[in-house]
Amino acid sequence: MNAVPLEPPRRLLSISVDGVEARVPEGATILDACRTQQVDTPTLCYADNLTPVNACRVCVVEVEGSRTLVPACSRQVEDGMVVATDTERVRRSRTLVMELLASSVEMNLASPDVHRWMADYEVRADRFGAPMPPLPAGARDAREPGHHHDPQDPTVAEGVAQPVKIDNELYVRDYSRCILCYKCVEACGVDAQNTFAIAVAGRGFDARISTEYSVGLDESACVYCGNCIGVCPTGALMFTSEHEMREAGTWDEQEQTVTNTICPYCGVGCELELHVQDNEIVKVTSPADHSVTNGHLCIKGRFGFAYVQARRDDDPTRRRKPTERGAS
Amino acid sequence: MVGLATVFGAGGGTSSYEEVENTDLVLLWGSNARAAHPIFFHHVLKAVNRGAKLIVVDPRRTESAAWGDLWLGIDVGTDIALSNTIAREIVVNDLQHHAFVDRATLGNAEYVDSIMDWTLERGEAVTGVPAEVIREVAHAYAKADRAMICWTLGITEHHNAVDNVLSLINLSLLTGHVGRYGSGVNPLRGQNNVQGGGDMGAIPNKLPGFQDVVTDVVARERFEAAWGVPIVPAYGWHLTDMFHAMERGDLTTVYCIGENPASSEADKHHAVELLQGLDTLIVQDIFMTKTAELADVVFPASNSAFESEGTVTNSERRVQRVRAALQPPGNARDDIWIINQLANRLGAEWGEVTPHSAWEELRSLSPMHAGMSWERLEELGGLQWPCPDESHPGELFLHGRLWAFDDPQAQGPKAPFSIVVDEAPVDELTEEFPLRLTTGRRLDSFNTGVQTGGYTSPLRRGETIDVSPEDAERFALAEDERVIVSSRRGSVEVPVHVDEALRPGLVFMTFHFPDQVDTNVLTIEATDPKSGTAEFKAAAVRIDKMPERETVGSVSGGGGE
Repeated sequence: MNAVPLEPPRRLLSISVDGVEARVPEGATILDACRTQQVDTPTLCYADNLTPVNACRVCVVEVEGSRTLVPACSRQVEDGMVVATDTERVRRSRTLVMELLASSVEMNLASPDVHRWMADYEVRADRFGAPMPPLPAGARDAREPGHHHDPQDPTVAEGVAQPVKIDNELYVRDYSRCILCYKCVEACGVDAQNTFAIAVAGRGFDARISTEYSVGLDESACVYCGNCIGVCPTGALMFTSEHEMREAGTWDEQEQTVTNTICPYCGVGCELELHVQDNEIVKVTSPADHSVTNGHLCIKGRFGFAYVQARRDDDPTRRRKPTERGAS
Repeated sequence: MVGLATVFGAGGGTSSYEEVENTDLVLLWGSNARAAHPIFFHHVLKAVNRGAKLIVVDPRRTESAAWGDLWLGIDVGTDIALSNTIAREIVVNDLQHHAFVDRATLGNAEYVDSIMDWTLERGEAVTGVPAEVIREVAHAYAKADRAMICWTLGITEHHNAVDNVLSLINLSLLTGHVGRYGSGVNPLRGQNNVQGGGDMGAIPNKLPGFQDVVTDVVARERFEAAWGVPIVPAYGWHLTDMFHAMERGDLTTVYCIGENPASSEADKHHAVELLQGLDTLIVQDIFMTKTAELADVVFPASNSAFESEGTVTNSERRVQRVRAALQPPGNARDDIWIINQLANRLGAEWGEVTPHSAWEELRSLSPMHAGMSWERLEELGGLQWPCPDESHPGELFLHGRLWAFDDPQAQGPKAPFSIVVDEAPVDELTEEFPLRLTTGRRLDSFNTGVQTGGYTSPLRRGETIDVSPEDAERFALAEDERVIVSSRRGSVEVPVHVDEALRPGLVFMTFHFPDQVDTNVLTIEATDPKSGTAEFKAAAVRIDKMPERETVGSVSGGGGE
């Protein structure tokens, strides 16, 4: 290669993580430093292909000289920084974040990492009471900032349970599972898609992800790229195929293979990860570290595979025909 | 591909997507990348969000143009007039990169002579773009530290496609915006693996690796030795030539793999007649396409992206692995397997060819692919050509050699300017056909819709003829009103959509829904003699109200079956 501008060499900075000295390049975050030291740090709103938004506060650490706890995912390392991740204060804060989320949100489809952290931190979501019964469709969307709600029955934990929003054939929105990590908003916005179809509406516990005026996706700016699904950590945003198979009890990740290939449409060459169960594509993702896509796709790349399945309509081994869609 | 190969000797985009993010100015010319290449546009938006200038040249004010600092709404087919005007403005203001022009290019004096009558005023009169805007673009492009020109089918689907490309390359030579990180000239390939098809020699004048079949004797002999057969040192036909040869009766047997010319060719009535007139038509496809319905023999093929092993090449010259995720249905077989079987039964004795063995053979014959072992392609997520040996990381951008001013050996052949002349589209506007029809893609659909028709897109609204609010008023057209659109070749029936992105006199259709509306009945078969690309982008049409009593089916090409 010739004439490629090399980045200026980066200074190495010293940092102490839980008493162990480490050297990281300038610009690295405390989370980067923790990871190089194999210090297991829980994260929910952080993703490698998005700008940190500091929404969840589950990665907080103690930094010597800092009055408050510091989010590891966004704070850049300074030379000589002394960080503690295993103090009582850090553990209590992280535990409380996870307990409050788990008491109000359905977390069962979060990643295995999240479940491991919840176990490690001995999260007891039930100590705030039994889960609240689901609210009617649209109830949370109608709440205005400043409106007062009377406290619920104290034996019941306030929650966000509500019916799944199904307003198109490509993906569903199950906001009973939404922890407000903002990842979908970032992916829809400047971090990738720049469509700005969704944002956070409401304040306090009424905050929720919403289209403008809570309109259906068909009336919104949504272009169905599904990049919000790609970054959702809790299964709140999901392919319709996955949702239906889960409802029918046929979703089985143990039986699925993931094969990387290249999208057959335009000439950009996006890398697809095809999740296949019983010789059928059930989900499409893209690797976050791929230089072409950075994990993001368009509507054709993410959903445009159906034609290969349609060729199998006559195939008796095919488990689920398109005509059966929505019947379950 | 022809234009880039003529000037630089290699038919590929010069830059990487990564560079787009770090450039200072993107000139997007004849490309609605926001809809047609959405993930490429993500890289453009990264540049825009960090302050780079985006200038969009397109007759329509597209979704891409909406992101631009400037939109140049040129009249269809006046691209050369615009680029020559920009070039003159650069020259008369002494904004050329003198060192680069003097020491890395050829023919500058003659080129400059050829553009000197393209004053801003004349440019405005021909293109419809205000002189002041042309001036601003010329100055911004020439003065930018790094600048990139990217184009798509708005440049290449014209009868003078190659000249259009050459005229854009001229701008890059004049300003030294090529062969450097962040500066380059880049065609965005409209279809997966268009680049790879060229790489693998599926063009009439090149062997794999862009080695000329006539002039590169050494390469030809290398292939002859490896394949054990003589190779005729003559250029073949591209698709349009083939149709002309069918017309003359010189071409009587066609083996058509993964193409659907009965639906996709401009002036398709004629294309279907010619295909019907063949002695033998073999079609190998994943679907029973309109072309397959005309065939004597159909070979059911596996899908190349989801059911096959192999490689494709993208618009940044990255060779990437495709892998089989699904078992193909029924008797469908991999393309390589079918061709292999056919060859063996014809007595060629190829033995058993696998995707991997075919790739190894390619590497041994194409120097630009030599360093791309199967293992490296797996490991590195693809490699960009040229990659001459296994220690080579793949080339981020092309033609850096041109900047080796003091080392003629390393610099290699200098890049020639091309004298290009403005030519109006072949299909003239007249009183009878007063409207300019241009065609393009929508975000959720692709080409003739055979693939994208398979999924239910909430954005899909079927075919429409998009007209400007001014024309809707002039012809008293209402939204959703069905009208008859006619060109010199045929008529279709289609609903109206009023779209503010269009200017008076310009109408727009896609060709995604041929079963509903057969747009290519209207388009013109005029093709570029150098590349064989058809002029899908410029037909002359008129819009007529439906007759009082609708007689569905009486209009050729209209309605559905």
